[in-house]
Amino acid sequence: MSLPEPPPSHPGPTPLISMREMRKVFPGVVANDGVDLDVFPGEIHALLGENGAGKSTLMKMLYGFYRPDAGRITLNGRPLTIRSPHDARAAGIGMLFQDFTLIPAFTVAENIALFLPRLPAVVDLKAVRRRIEQLSARYSLKVEPGAAVSQLSIGEQQKVEILKLLLSDARLLILDEPTRVLAPHEVESLMQVLQSLRQDGYAIVLITHKLREVLDCADRITVLRSGRVAGALLRAEANEDKLLGLMFEKALSAVQAVEKAEALAQVPALELRGVWTRAEGAGTSLKDLHLSIYPGEIVGVAGVSGNGQKELGELILGVVAPERGSKLLFGEDATRESVRATRKRGVRFIPENPLLMACVPFMTVLENMALTRADRYARSGGLRLDWPAVREDFAQSSRALGYSLPMFAPAKSLSGGNLQRMVILREMMGGPRLILASYLTRGLDVQSTIAARQALLQARQGGSGVLLISEDLEELFALSDRLVVLYEGRIAGPFKPSETDVYRVGRLMTGSESTDVAHDG
Amino acid sequence: MSVLSILGVISSAIFSGASLLYATLGEILDERAGVVDLGLEGVMLVSAATGFGVTVRTGNPYLGVLAAMLAGGLMNLLFAYLVVARRANQLASGLALMFFGFGMSALIGRPYVGSRINGLPRYSLPGLSDLPPLISSQFRFDLLIYLALPTAILIAWLLFRTRWGLGLRAVGENPNAAFAAGRDPRWIRYQALFLGGALAGLGAAHLSIAWTMTWGEYMTAGRGFIAVALVIFSKWHPLRAVAGALLFGGAVAFQLLLQASGIPISPFLLDTIPYVLTLLVLIAWGGTRKHAAPASLGRVYLGAEQ
Amino acid sequence: MTDKPSPRLLLKLDPLVAALRYLTIFLVAFALFGLILWLAGKDPLQAIRDTFSSTLGTGYGLSEVVVKMIPLLFTAVAVALPSRVGLINVGGEGQLYMGAWLATWAALTFAALPPWALLPLMAAMGMVGGALWAFIPAFLRARGLVNETITTLLMNYVAPSIVTFFIYGPWRSPLNALYPQTIDFVPAARLPAFFGTRLHLGLILALLFLLLYWLVMKYTRWGLEMRAIGGNPQAARRNGLPLTTYVIAILCLGGALAGLAGMSEVSGIHGRLRPGFSPGFGYMGFLISWLSGGGPLGILIMSFLAAVISTGGDILQIKQGLPFAVVNILLAISLFVILARPSLLTKGKQA
Repeated sequence: MSLPEPPPSHPGPTPLISMREMRKVFPGVVANDGVDLDVFPGEIHALLGENGAGKSTLMKMLYGFYRPDAGRITLNGRPLTIRSPHDARAAGIGMLFQDFTLIPAFTVAENIALFLPRLPAVVDLKAVRRRIEQLSARYSLKVEPGAAVSQLSIGEQQKVEILKLLLSDARLLILDEPTRVLAPHEVESLMQVLQSLRQDGYAIVLITHKLREVLDCADRITVLRSGRVAGALLRAEANEDKLLGLMFEKALSAVQAVEKAEALAQVPALELRGVWTRAEGAGTSLKDLHLSIYPGEIVGVAGVSGNGQKELGELILGVVAPERGSKLLFGEDATRESVRATRKRGVRFIPENPLLMACVPFMTVLENMALTRADRYARSGGLRLDWPAVREDFAQSSRALGYSLPMFAPAKSLSGGNLQRMVILREMMGGPRLILASYLTRGLDVQSTIAARQALLQARQGGSGVLLISEDLEELFALSDRLVVLYEGRIAGPFKPSETDVYRVGRLMTGSESTDVAHDG
Repeated sequence: MSVLSILGVISSAIFSGASLLYATLGEILDERAGVVDLGLEGVMLVSAATGFGVTVRTGNPYLGVLAAMLAGGLMNLLFAYLVVARRANQLASGLALMFFGFGMSALIGRPYVGSRINGLPRYSLPGLSDLPPLISSQFRFDLLIYLALPTAILIAWLLFRTRWGLGLRAVGENPNAAFAAGRDPRWIRYQALFLGGALAGLGAAHLSIAWTMTWGEYMTAGRGFIAVALVIFSKWHPLRAVAGALLFGGAVAFQLLLQASGIPISPFLLDTIPYVLTLLVLIAWGGTRKHAAPASLGRVYLGAEQ
Repeated sequence: MTDKPSPRLLLKLDPLVAALRYLTIFLVAFALFGLILWLAGKDPLQAIRDTFSSTLGTGYGLSEVVVKMIPLLFTAVAVALPSRVGLINVGGEGQLYMGAWLATWAALTFAALPPWALLPLMAAMGMVGGALWAFIPAFLRARGLVNETITTLLMNYVAPSIVTFFIYGPWRSPLNALYPQTIDFVPAARLPAFFGTRLHLGLILALLFLLLYWLVMKYTRWGLEMRAIGGNPQAARRNGLPLTTYVIAILCLGGALAGLAGMSEVSGIHGRLRPGFSPGFGYMGFLISWLSGGGPLGILIMSFLAAVISTGGDILQIKQGLPFAVVNILLAISLFVILARPSLLTKGKQA
């Protein structure tokens, strides 16, 4: 696959960084196989591909987190060996990760000082602060140097990350899915920053799977698919269809567009009336929540992670009780009920990180299945468990959902997608009446994502109420019957997806528009 | 209770608190780097026995103190090997270290049970020599006591004003971030644990060489665990540890005073005062301090390639 | 238990391979311990010879080893059971003392009862004493206030003092002014011994509880739920398992078992309460549980080994003038070796 022409703005043919025949293998998967890449100064180079295409792995090799199994890297034409992030940083390569490598307890200045390449043995924080102020003025990266990072918004934290890179004398900036956690107008702000950096000759690699961003700002585009380069083109040559065609081998079967049902006048599956909770430590307290979910509808909760989603989930599930207000399940007061009692009413939970939050890793799939309904399978007062009954239920549920999972494999041996399937299988067993799905498809591959969304729609068809908490606006708009926005513990909405747009929702998600909107009727 | 006995309590508190302070400072270094060291009790025992033994053999208490520090550092290095290189569970490894210390200290100290030494020379606080000798005699302290507060200040300065301290605290908060910043979390933890052990050894040396001037099995009587509680009490800050150590030193001294004064409370019940106090401190502050703890405290660092 | 063989069972390794690996661990530990002893100027080989002849050489010697095993079986399960739900109980020593204390109270107060009433009462009191002592750390842990590792440890320092207070005070025997202890228990308060040795009924009790432990973990619903809590407490909570209840109940149950160890010692062996009657049974139970991985068979074998080592410690003390505490070195080194090579354990321990 030949590389495209260098961008017209570039003076000469020598790329800043050149990677040839990069290869990296992990147990069971070839993450990168013979990948070539050039990055020139003063360009924004988009690295495009679906989850698992190998984009992160490639860049982590450039940044020294992984050692390549094969391949060569050159810097300005000279060979470069990178054994650790230290070497990468010395070469002027900086990387901004999806999980920020910031220390919440430190101030902005301390965080940046930590990453400075030539920090004196006795630290002069004042000098660090001065340098921060200089740079932030130049590239519109305004942050308060003395503030603790835990107090900053995600967008501000990202700015600190960028400052860190700039102050470490990075000339090549690698940004790994930077807009995942940003609202639409924050994305625009980031793009401005990138453009101003590009003007000054910085080279930027943008790892993303969002076509719109790529078409908006990239100079050149390399598309990866299953660990190989599927194609490389200039911005001028690219359009959505072409890019999609390179990203995927075949057309995806889209989620079946089901008619959005009108909520019947029934008893709500879940009703929150004036609920307030108190947060612990770094959590978010929920304030004056009013929300109803009816059987047979999907209510989507949009919002940036950290605005009360976790607390909302724990509240509904019964892990935490509200300070004020009441929670009704199917018309009955369930405000102080335990998790066990809540589950008995037919409430089920599908969390975003199944291995961490819903399964016991060393137990088999079958044992994990039995866990949530031990009441059903216990015999002789708990002295024995009816394993044939567990297997029967498992088989039945598998048939209904069309999944096939190995019964006796330990949970930790399953892939992310299969784990999620297992949890969905378990939670759907016996026909739940209310499903709480939290970041259902985060980190999943395409097929598993489709399978998970399909399962939700199926549940909705079957009359379950669904609360879908997600950061993915596309997903929320596609699946929800009604949409609310969670910001700093308050709810705005509900809206009908057809009657609003991503920008409005985005503004609510980041507090640019107030959430003092009408309560749920 | 006379003024004299109150002064006696204060003086005892300072003596008792000094060794606690050193041990606490050592544990602060460990925990700031993200490692819980429950084996401090064992480390202190081995250091106390070693230091005392060297002092008896060489007649030089300063050598004894150095030997104790070295012994403490080495004990903790053993612990560091387990939790850093072998990625073992920190709590279990600490307890194993404790048991090892129980046994090793008994073995090392056996020949010296009942030996007498002269200990470290004691000096009056300048300016107090004008007071009547009865009072000023209460306030004659050895070198290690005078060095205690400066050491706490030094540790604070190291942690908060130097590049080394910044890196150490980063490792305790988020080793992956520290690694991304070019630090080596493993090497830093080794350093922190060695220094922490040396400090604990210093505290133990003060106990056996400077204060009691004896050796007996299990003589630290739980000070290693009290130090762990004090770390929480002082919110992982060396200067606050000074207050905590004084408080506990005072409790121990107060208990001794009660025993000596003939108050009709059984000495056995009085013996429990420091531990009950420690438990109360933990109950009062244990839960609320959780967010002040280094974020990665107790978690095993698995390295960058996972 | 699943009736088809699962990959996890296969992961459990050939029992022979596992036994071989444990053997290697202990050989390494013994070698290092022997080296340390030799460096200290003692004769390790002689110590081993003496130990073997005193323990396995004679029938009585063997019975003495089993006598030592009895409290160890209790205290080991007292640690192993809570470890299944991820709790670390280092408080066996204190719980043992409090169990002995409450059992002694029963023995002294209800001395008129016949043995078939008094002994069960004492056993029950022993369990209550240990459970109560474990309750405070359990409660604090359940509330998320303090880690139970350090609270149970600290309480170990408080219990013996309370017991000693009672021995020197209200319960002091008027005879024997030199060595303070309580008055002798009536015969009805003594666990019967058999075979003309010091082996007593406590052995049966200990084995019974070991068996119960195995059955509960393997077959019952509570065993499944406990393993889930130990494996992933977050997930367990979200699945509706009552974490708080289990934490408190299981830690108290562990305490109860350690308390039984105390009762069995004062009733079966001593016949009175003496200060410092435990040479660290509680701590040894902790080491046994961790060294054996917490499984019932492992506990049985390891307790036997520990009892042999403990006898060896007594011999070292008598014949070579070493303090008994040095056996801790051997056990600690074994634990170091195991901690350093987690792949050798069949089941990873969670904490």
